[in-house]
Amino acid sequence: MNATSRVRLGMKFAPALFGLLALALWEAAVRIGDVPVYQLPGPIAIIGAFVADPVGLLQALASTLLVTFAALFAAAVLSLAMALAMSASQLAQAAIQPWAVALQVTPLPAIAPLIIIWVGQPFVALVVCATIVAFFPLFANTATGLASAPPELNDLFRLYGASRWRTLALLRLPAALPYFLAGLRISGGLALVGAVVAELVAGSGGFASGLAYRILEASFRLEMPRMFAALVLLALAGILLNFGLGALGQSILRRRT
Amino acid sequence: MLTVSHVGRRFPGGIEALRDTSLRLSKADFVVLLGPSGCGKSTLLRLIAGLDQPDEGNLTWDGGPPAPGDIGYVFQDATLLPWATAEDNVFLPLRLRGVSREAAMPQVHSVLRRVGLNGFERARPRQLSGGMRMRVSIARALVTRPRLLLMDEPFAALDEFTRHRLQEDLLEVWRLAGCTVVFVTHSIYEAAFLARRIVLMTPRPGRIDREIASTLTTGPETRLDPAYAALVAEITHGMEAALQ
Repeated sequence: MNATSRVRLGMKFAPALFGLLALALWEAAVRIGDVPVYQLPGPIAIIGAFVADPVGLLQALASTLLVTFAALFAAAVLSLAMALAMSASQLAQAAIQPWAVALQVTPLPAIAPLIIIWVGQPFVALVVCATIVAFFPLFANTATGLASAPPELNDLFRLYGASRWRTLALLRLPAALPYFLAGLRISGGLALVGAVVAELVAGSGGFASGLAYRILEASFRLEMPRMFAALVLLALAGILLNFGLGALGQSILRRRT
Repeated sequence: MLTVSHVGRRFPGGIEALRDTSLRLSKADFVVLLGPSGCGKSTLLRLIAGLDQPDEGNLTWDGGPPAPGDIGYVFQDATLLPWATAEDNVFLPLRLRGVSREAAMPQVHSVLRRVGLNGFERARPRQLSGGMRMRVSIARALVTRPRLLLMDEPFAALDEFTRHRLQEDLLEVWRLAGCTVVFVTHSIYEAAFLARRIVLMTPRPGRIDREIASTLTTGPETRLDPAYAALVAEITHGMEAALQ
């Protein structure tokens, strides 16, 4: 194995090795410092909490992920529709853009209680909340992508008498695809964040289903290892979602070009 | 084929790009519009293509206005669809006219062969060199068998060797296709090599200062021909006069 291969191998395993080292230091610090488990549990206690109730925690994770994916799908459909409307008409652009920005800058915890009251059905309410958080990056990216084709190519389509629909189908949508996929990756993480925030708000109002509620419940009971186990599951889900959507985007673009 | 009569074009902000410009294009002509940057060459090309409208004057086509596909356009950059193969890029104008893929492919492959891209039909633009991408762009412009081929500094971004090769190939393609070519450049050498008529334009507001006719029989040896050097000198003097 030459030096370059060794460096490459090292780069590949560096994150895992760094993580293991950090976990070992964490466990050692907790034990040596005799830190109470309700303040900071060690990694072994957290694993123990997960092993004690894997089904309950994984069911809660599935519930949160269901909200996340439903919100991501809704955000993708909505953002595509609105970006298309904006690219088709300047009037639509003037009408939509300020509201999209307003939606982006409004903090979800401030409006989530209202949405939960208005929508009524808990699952739909959670999806609405998460959709609001996931919407903007997808919308902004798709709108940018639809306008990204070089003016010369637009001129060429005009020269050959292409209709607006043909220009959209053969030029603007394919040009927007990489932007849309990049937005999807960003929005995937945000949809998870939105789902968790909405679950926290809904959970405090008595709706129990997702992983965020398990975190809330564990914190009320001072079951810190269980709370950390739920947090670790959330972090892992976020990482997998990010990698998964990235791989999906790359695979679609590779197949195309 | 086309008469441009006293055309003027002013852009928002008061910039006068073209003033009182008249030009007549005949069948199978090869006209080069030569002038410094900003003298309205590209504006005139866009007006001829119908991509822009004049503020003054008019353009009159013999036998009625051009149909889609009657005009081919080659831009300074190849401007290909990056996600499509060379074949699909060339197929595009026919596809936009509703021609099926099966019906179009013989013509697509024939025109790709004509520009020297046999064997590269399935290559994506990123797999091709700058010169090859420009060849795809020329093939795309030729695939509809246009009456008029408009070329806006198509070789400006290419290296000297590729440019010479493409200039020679373009003349060959023009002779075979029999269409009229209007070619924009700011290179005197390129104008002298390619054109049957060299139209010298003045800086802004762009006007046609004079025309120089070429009687060179162009081929690979032309660049060493004293007649070519004399034509370059004549154009250079004409351009200096136009710039004053």
